Formats: sequence, C-alpha cells, structure tokens
Amino acid sequence: SLILSLLFFHLSHKVTRVVPESALLIVLGLFLGGIVWAADHIASFTLTPNVFFFYLLPPIVLDAGYFMPNKLFFGNLGTILLYAVIGTVWNAATTGMSLYGVYLSGIMGQLDIGLLDFLLFGSLIAAVDPVAVLAVFEEVHVNEVLFIIVFGESLLNDAVTVVLYNVFDSFVAMGADNVTGVDCVKGIVSFFVVSLGGTFVGIVFAFLLSLVTRFTKHVRIIEPGFVFVISYLSYLTAEMLSLSAILAITFCGVCCQKYVKANICDQSSTTVRYTMKMLASGSETIIFMFLGISAVNPDIWTWNTAFILLTLVFISVYRVIGVVIQTWVLNHYRVVQLEIIDQVVMSYGGLRGAVAFALVALLDEKKVKEKNLFVSTTIIVVFFTVIFQGLTIKPLVQWLKVKKSEHREPKLNEKLHGRAFDHILSAVEDISGQIGHNYLRDKWSNFDRKILSKVLMRRSAQKSRDQILNIFHELNLKDAISYVAEGERRGSLAFIRSSSTDNMVNVDFSTPRPSTVEASVSCLLREKASSVCLDMQALEQRRKSIRDTEDTVTHHTLQQYLYKPRQEHIHLYSRHEIIQNEDEKQDKEIFHRTMRKRLESFKSTKLGINQPKKLNKSHKRDRGQKRRNSNAIPNGKIPSENPAPDFTLKEKEVSDTNNKPPVNSGYCSETSYEPVNSQDNSVDMQERLEESNPKENQEKKTLLNAQAHYRSAAARRVQSRRSFHRPKPLQLPKLQKLASFPSSCHIPPHSLEQEETQL
Amino acid sequence: MGCQSSHPSAIPELDEIMLETGFSQASVVRLYDRFQALDKEQKGYLSKYDLQGIGELAVNPLGDRIINAFFKEGEDLTDFRSFIRVLAHFRPVEEGKSNETGRPEPMNSRLRKLQFAFQLYDQDSDGKISRDEMLQVLRLMVGIQVTDEQLVCIAERTIQEADQDGDGAISFEEFATSVEKLNVEQRMSLRLLK
Repeated sequence: SLILSLLFFHLSHKVTRVVPESALLIVLGLFLGGIVWAADHIASFTLTPNVFFFYLLPPIVLDAGYFMPNKLFFGNLGTILLYAVIGTVWNAATTGMSLYGVYLSGIMGQLDIGLLDFLLFGSLIAAVDPVAVLAVFEEVHVNEVLFIIVFGESLLNDAVTVVLYNVFDSFVAMGADNVTGVDCVKGIVSFFVVSLGGTFVGIVFAFLLSLVTRFTKHVRIIEPGFVFVISYLSYLTAEMLSLSAILAITFCGVCCQKYVKANICDQSSTTVRYTMKMLASGSETIIFMFLGISAVNPDIWTWNTAFILLTLVFISVYRVIGVVIQTWVLNHYRVVQLEIIDQVVMSYGGLRGAVAFALVALLDEKKVKEKNLFVSTTIIVVFFTVIFQGLTIKPLVQWLKVKKSEHREPKLNEKLHGRAFDHILSAVEDISGQIGHNYLRDKWSNFDRKILSKVLMRRSAQKSRDQILNIFHELNLKDAISYVAEGERRGSLAFIRSSSTDNMVNVDFSTPRPSTVEASVSCLLREKASSVCLDMQALEQRRKSIRDTEDTVTHHTLQQYLYKPRQEHIHLYSRHEIIQNEDEKQDKEIFHRTMRKRLESFKSTKLGINQPKKLNKSHKRDRGQKRRNSNAIPNGKIPSENPAPDFTLKEKEVSDTNNKPPVNSGYCSETSYEPVNSQDNSVDMQERLEESNPKENQEKKTLLNAQAHYRSAAARRVQSRRSFHRPKPLQLPKLQKLASFPSSCHIPPHSLEQEETQL
Repeated sequence: MGCQSSHPSAIPELDEIMLETGFSQASVVRLYDRFQALDKEQKGYLSKYDLQGIGELAVNPLGDRIINAFFKEGEDLTDFRSFIRVLAHFRPVEEGKSNETGRPEPMNSRLRKLQFAFQLYDQDSDGKISRDEMLQVLRLMVGIQVTDEQLVCIAERTIQEADQDGDGAISFEEFATSVEKLNVEQRMSLRLLK
C-alpha cells in the first residue's frame, strides 16, 4: 500500500495542486489504520520515536541541507536565527503558561498536571516542523527570502526544541519542588552547548566528507556511499553526545555541498542527488502515513475539549504575535523589508508535524501522568495544521497576491514591456549589488578560495573552476573573444552563426503569407498547452479572421518564448523533483548572444567593418596582481576561416615576463583612467584620451611604444609583428588549456554564483 | 576588495546627490561602496568594462543595453554622480506624496521610469521606437526558437497595437499610454534603494 500510495500521489498532480500531499497521506494513513483496527481490533504499527528519529528523519534533513541554497541561507541567517531561537522560546513559554493559567481557572477539569508539565508540552508543540513546512511550501510558490526564512527556522529550531524538551523533562523527573535557579542556568547553558556543539559536529564531518571525496578519484563507484555514510555518522555522533543531531546533519549537508559537488564525478553526483531525493521523499511519505495510522489507536485517546481547543488557539495566536513583533524589530535592521504578506505567510505557515508527535511519544508515562492527553492533543494539532492550514495556505496566498492585480488579459505591449521591465529591474539589482558586498562574505570568500578549496577540492576541480570563474565572473572582452572563437571552432556556437541575428537591420518587412501563419498556429497549438492558460482564453475568444489568428499567434509565441526574468525561474527547493536547470538553456542562449554582441561591437570599434587578417592586437592583462594566474589570453586576432592557427597567443610570452606592471588593457576606444605607475604610461593615456576616435595604427603605436618601455622582449616581438608578417602560431598548449574548458563551461552564472560565494 | 564602509564625508557632493536623487544617506553610502567595489582599479570612474564584469548581466537579455544606459553618448566612463543618477530612477515611489507643482519631477517618478525604459528601446534617440528598434529588442528578448518571420509578425502587431497616429513608430506618449495599466512604480523599483 505504501508503494501504491507513493505512485498514486505522485501521478495525480492535479490533486496535489489543491491538497498538499502530506494531508492526503495522513488521510490515507487514517484509512489504513481504520481498516486494520476494524479487522483485528488491535492497533497496528505506530510511529515509534526510535524509528522516526533514527531512520526517517535523517534523510529528510540531509536532503534539505545538501540542496540548501547557501547564499540565501547565510544571507538571511540572522533573521532565521532570531525566529528559530527567540520565536520558539516565545511560543513554548507563552503556550505553556497560558495553558497553565487556564488550567488553574478550572475549565479543564481535573487533571494531574503541574506547571512543568505544561511547559514541557509547550516546548514540544511549539516547534515548527521542517517536514511539514517543506511539504506544504512545495505547492505554494512564495518568494525566495520568505521561503528560506520559514524553512531555515524550521531546521534550526531543533536545537531549541531539544534543549527545552530535555530540560523540562528532567525538571519533571526531579519534581517541581526540586528545581533550583542553578538548574535553570544550567538549562540555558546547555542550549548553547547543544546547538553550537551540534553545528560543530556537523562541520567537522562536512570537512571530513569533503576531504574524503577529494581522494576518491579511483574509487568512483563508492563515492555516493561515502556521502551518505559520513553524513549519517554525523547525525549519530551528535545524538550520541546528546547534541542536536538535526543541526549536525543539516550543517554537514550545507557545508559539504560545494566541495562534494565539485569533487565527485558526474555520475556519482547524479546518483547522490537521486538517492537523496528518493530517501527523503520516501521517508516523508512514510512519516505522514504512519501519523495517520498511529492515530487509530483507541488506547491513547483521551479527550479534553478545553485543552485541545485552547492549545490550537494559543499556538496560532502566539505565533502571530511572535512573528509580528520579531518582524517589526527585524525590519529596522534588514535591508529588504518583510511586508505584511510575508508575515501572514510566516504565521500561517508555521506547521507542526511529526517531530512533535515523536517527542510526545517519547514521554515517560510515569513522570508525565497525562501523557495520553498530550498525545491526543498533539495528534489533533498536527492534523489540523497539516491538513487545514496546508489546504488553505495556497488559496490564502493567492488571494493576497491577487488582491491588487486585475483580471484582464494583458495586451501584447503590456506583456512585452512588462517583461522588459523585469529584465531591467533584475539588471539594475545586479548592478547596484543587491545583496551588497558584505565584509564577512568577502572575507569568507577569500578564505575559501585560498585555503579551503585548496585543501578540500580536487586539483582538477579547482582548475576548471578558476577557468570558469574567469569567464563568468570577471567577464571581459578578451574572454569573450576567446570564448566565442573557441566555441565556434568547436562548433558549439554554430547556431548563433546560422541565425540571422547579424542581419536584423536588413530584414524584409513584407507581410507574412497567410499560409505560414496558419501553419504556425496549428503547430504552436500542438505544443504544450499547459503553459498558455491565458492564451487559451484568447484563442477561444478570437478565432475567425486571419488577422485574429495572427494575434493569437503573437500572443502565444510571446507567452511561450519570452525569456523569463531571474526571479521567476528559480525554484529553490523541491522534495520530489530535481530541479534541472531548464533555464540553463535560456541562460546559455542569452550568454552566447551577449558574448557575440560584445565581440561584434568590439570588432566594429576596433577594426571597422573589414577585418584584416593579419592585424594582431596586443591585449595585456591589467590585473596582474589580483589574478592568481593569468590564463591564456588570446590576442584579439579575430578568427576567420582557420581559427586554430590564427590563434596566436602572444600572451604566453607576455605573461612570462616577471614584472607585470598594471598596464591598461588595450581598449583604446575606451579611455580609462588608472593609477598610473610611470610617466610614460600617463603620457600614453593622455594621448589616448584626447583622441576621441583614435585611428587604429596610431593608437596601437602609442600603446606599443609605451609598453616597449616595460616589456622589452615582448614589445620587441610586438613591434616585429607590426611589420605584418605572420608570426608562427604559438604553442598550442595554451590553446589546449582553453579547449579543455569542461562542458560545465556552459553552466550559467547563477549556479556558479551559488557555488563560489558560499557564505 | 576590502569592503569597509565608507565614511559619508568621503563621498563627494553628498548633499547635492541626496537632494537630486532623493536617496537617504545610508543608501548613498552603500551605493558608493558598491561603486568602489565595481571600480576595480580604483580609477574613480567606471568603464563599461567594469560593468561587464558583473557575470549576471551576461545572461540578462537587456544587460548590455542597460550597461550602455549608464554612459552618456559616446563616452565610456561614468562617475559616481552619473551612476547614482541612473539608479535613482529605481527608487521606490513614496506613497501619499502628491505631485507638488513647481518642483522638478522627481527622478523616480513614473514618468522618469518610463523615460528610462523608452531610452533603452530607442537606441538612436530620435524619440520614436521604429520597427527596426522594436525588432531588435524582440530579438533580444525572445528565444531562438522563434523564427524571424514570426518575430516580424510580432513586432508589427506590437506597433500596430500601440501606434495611435499611424506613423508606424511608437512615440513616447504612445508608449506611456500602452503601459498605463501596468504597475510601473512597483515593477521598476528596488526595495533596496530607499
């Protein structure tokens, strides 16, 4: 039945769009439990805490950690910590106290409970559950900051929960009268020990794991095994030391992902990804189903209306209050503010789940007399939050978002310009440094680059990453030239050549023949219909004349083929799918095009329309000090028919010179100021500045003359080259280096961005 | 790149900038830090080369055009004042502030935002988006699966939809009218830049 349910629910996407999968699973579990009970009158399987904590929870948390978007996570770490720690403590304390207060007023009737029991209960019911949150947020697409805050909170509050739970558990064991102030202090201290200790264990194991994967080049088959085993070890170790195991495995996943992904071979990487998803997905399904099954156990059912109702009320209300207050405080410090809709989602999305249930099942009946009551209440709370809140959160979010916008089919212009605005905005975001240059982040990035990566990443991975980084992060025209040329040589950019992007200006504007329009309508219609819901409306409304069909074609085409702006296409985390970067294709296209354009504009400014084959440009890197190793910079020889031999790499000679003064790169048309080292250079600059449209040879002359002062050998070679005889093609080893651009060269910057700046 | 936060006094013309752009001092300081971080050679100016070094712009369809928008016609350097002037267009619009007549149009008003966008389309700065320019923009923004014929078709439709005086090109007024229903204030504002 487990297998059937797994298959069934994954197939019926229509259902899961409305009802969260977790809810369905619980219901199914109830159903199954009911069958068993009806048949045998015994309680079937229950979710024992042991099974839960040791087998079912780790894969889920590891999956969360391994696929965690690190940059986002650490960027919002302060916020997350605040919500996780203070929020959980607040929730626990207030819920416990209020219940106690109500108990004292007598509404609940006669119960054998003390304050400590209530506090204990409060602590275990307060924690937001990562499993439930993920399961629900999967369907609700909220913005990434919001998602990471709620998700991060659910992961990190484990430490608090564990500490509070243990503290109150031991207090209860000792008896209410024996609790002293010292014990309270010990409790607080233990919080720090548990959380920091757990994190530390996780980091240590992450380090170990990365180190191990560095050396597994010859034992590729078992690489995935290492990942799982060592991560699980971190969990067990932390558990053994009574530290927060969830934090340990989370941080193990978080910290190791970058290095492991870089180190292990592709097949292992895929294996790891799929296995992790499989385990996590399977565990989640089992958990929810067992929650349902365990509920059908009449022995444990104790009903106390007031208690249950009040618990529900209190946790909701206090969560809202807590979120509002914390957000208000945080907004003073945050650059990106959290708005009302974010707060609503955060309050409403604070779901309780299986962790609470497992904790409550762990209670000792002898110490906590009213265990059954607690268990029943917990079950009801969990069911309520998962089912009811899970069901309603999506409509709620949509209603809130949609409140302002109109239901009107956007016109062609609006679609186009709207999309353009999105692109513009995202570009301006990038330019203005949206996340901001963080001192810590840069510090970490340096540390990581210089030390950690050297230790933990394979040499080959380091090298390829450097090359890629050079291309993607510090793009400049020289790289563009080399990249495009190399790509053309290898044929991978052939498609750009063949498209008529170059000849846009000369496109013939004769009206398209109707037959093409018709054909394209039908063939477009045959394509994926799911994405064009809006256009389907359009299609039905207008159907008759050709003019109208043209309209629908254009709408349809735009809808489908307009490039998406960045925010839309990043789905951060998905339990059930591995997010292949389909938008990698989009990025690749745009990237190729941009490179090509830059190359073209460079060509046209430097060379004019004709491209004399023999002209060699000398481009010298101007960042000698910053760069660790200047990779092969081809000179700007524009490859025409025979790219390979023309790819003379004068740079090799240049880079061999020891003293590399920061000479400006040869963008003679771009005048740029520079902290100038010598007079000659400044004179040269002046000359270049004054000429607004410098003639080529002249500027080359000035440039080369100036540089002749610095680089005797190289300059002489340059000058000899200027006499227009073809230099012999340089050794191709440098070219090989370029050619060895791994296929991952086509990784879009975003994913690299994620990899490179980890913290 | 050392990223100490700059002291406000280090920024030239701070007060004029704040007055002109409407940014708070904290924002100006932050943008100045960013400016300096981008200016890798510490020239005090940014070149196109520096901006092209931002990797994400290479996968933005309009990336290069936006870079060019920071630079005046024919120039290749931009100083901090010009840099922040462009960014001022993206400041969120304050709600509730009525348009006081007599004061110059604030830089982040809807009009200015639209002018900025219009300028991106209208490469030759003749005040109109011709068919060619529309086609070029479309080509940038659309996947390679779309053939040229389809693209021409789309461009024609777009112009027809917006063109009111029938001259085959879109003037700024027509452009503004065609997007009047769009929430430009929100879509062209960065929450970050207050």
